[in-house]
Amino acid sequence: MSTPRHSPPPLRSPEQRRGDPATSELLSLKSVRKCFGDNVVLRDVDLTVEPGQCVVLIGASGSGKSTLLRCVNLLEVVDDGVITFDGRDITDPRVDGDDVRSRMGMVFQAYNLFPHLDVIGNVTLALRLVHDVPADEARARGLAMLERVGLAEKAKARPDDLSGGQQQRVAIARALVANPRLMLLDEVTSALDPELVGEVLDLLTELKGEGVTMLLNTHEMGFARDVADRVCFLHDGHIHEQGSPEQVLGDPQQERTRTFLSRIRAS
Amino acid sequence: MTDRVAAEPQEAWRPSSVQLERDEWRRRRTIRSAAIAAGSTLFLLGAIGGAVVSSPGWDRVRETYFSWDKAVSSFPAVLDGLWLNIRVMVVCWILILLLSLTVAVVRTLRGPVAFPLRLLGTAYVDVFRGLPLLLVIFLLGFGGPALSLQGLPTSPLFWGGAALVLSYSAYVAEVFRAGIESVHPSQRLAGRSLGLSYGQTLRHVVLPQAWRRVIPPLMNDLVSLQKDSGLIAVLGVTDAIRKAQIETALDFNYTPYVVAGVLFCCLTIPMARLTDRYARKKGYHGAGGHL
Repeated sequence: MSTPRHSPPPLRSPEQRRGDPATSELLSLKSVRKCFGDNVVLRDVDLTVEPGQCVVLIGASGSGKSTLLRCVNLLEVVDDGVITFDGRDITDPRVDGDDVRSRMGMVFQAYNLFPHLDVIGNVTLALRLVHDVPADEARARGLAMLERVGLAEKAKARPDDLSGGQQQRVAIARALVANPRLMLLDEVTSALDPELVGEVLDLLTELKGEGVTMLLNTHEMGFARDVADRVCFLHDGHIHEQGSPEQVLGDPQQERTRTFLSRIRAS
Repeated sequence: MTDRVAAEPQEAWRPSSVQLERDEWRRRRTIRSAAIAAGSTLFLLGAIGGAVVSSPGWDRVRETYFSWDKAVSSFPAVLDGLWLNIRVMVVCWILILLLSLTVAVVRTLRGPVAFPLRLLGTAYVDVFRGLPLLLVIFLLGFGGPALSLQGLPTSPLFWGGAALVLSYSAYVAEVFRAGIESVHPSQRLAGRSLGLSYGQTLRHVVLPQAWRRVIPPLMNDLVSLQKDSGLIAVLGVTDAIRKAQIETALDFNYTPYVVAGVLFCCLTIPMARLTDRYARKKGYHGAGGHL
């Protein structure tokens, strides 16, 4: 491990975050390519995320949205291109992936909570093991974070005893508790009943208001329109169009984007 | 964003006539089923017992295998031997768990650096699962002491135990490996995405879940070990089976073997029940409903 592992700075207000001139971009992807065998899943992907921004990836199933997030989280190794996070090239094989991942928060479509731990155990595991936070302080921070997502009274519950929406909120708390520089959210509402989607999206909207930087993919176009700073349309592993939500969703320039959006709206 | 529990008005609920009729039918059926089961069990046991007792050789069988006096006189010796079985079993089981868990973890390591370790683990499992246990006991039990290696005892007990540990660990390692691989990869991903290292993820995410799943097959192997601990009797160690053999040799009455058998069952059957309860307590709540 080349760099000392440290806890990232505590949450700052949106104003502080946006007024940070030193790092205009937190994450940038340049010409990223990813293949699974002969199947090219990402090709020539260019993307930047600035601190405090919420960038939303849209596109049909199989367009490479999830793979993109997993590449950023170093759960997959890219086949070409460069991903820079916090001013450092994280696609360099000499980079300590555990350190990079400890400064991002990833939330999965299927929650992936640890069934053998209770809710507070899930939330504090990384604090205790990775960030060397003493047990009682980790517990206090975990409880505060559960309070934040409205689940303080479920601290002792097992993940299996929670509803899908509650589980996903625990997963968000687990990813958020170590104050990550970037949140990656992989279709976090796709496994939820329509009535539960709202509680998760409301939480994400609040986080955005607190200045949490987010890169996420979703099929919730309403959420993208209301919350995103930028919307990127992926098709066949390539970003065909990106811009403000008004532009991409309201006045798409590309034929493919129009086709995709009309299909989404028809359903 | 807080979860509200809708306060339902407390209304007095009375079961409907349909429900009362269903409950009554279920109650009657339960009583009838119990009566039929009891009756048929009694009949079957009576028939078997009658057939056995009235068969021409029964008196000799009873005298040779179920002699009460012989049982009482041989019991202390066999019980004394069983104490050795228990000690062998406990010590070997702890060593088996440690060795097999190590082998299983080594076999699931990835990356080219771990290749020699993986190869070693695979070779060990293949060889010791292939060898009959009795052969390993002979090999080590008679060959080991003859080597008179420095620092190692020459007692047959030690080498017999070593044979049990080596042979059983190969099986148990495969049980552990199956458990480790049964934990869904998304759990590993979740651990790693939090910044946990490979080892931390294994220790805190994968192994606790794997452990719970393999408890029933592990107990199966423990029960099996309990019985096979008697095999080291071939090395001249006086365990319960050897003691029973000695008692039998006095007058060719085989009751001591039956006594030993009953004692082994007295160990294994409660253990199986205990395991079931432990596994159920630690296990996930399945969504099986009443089916």
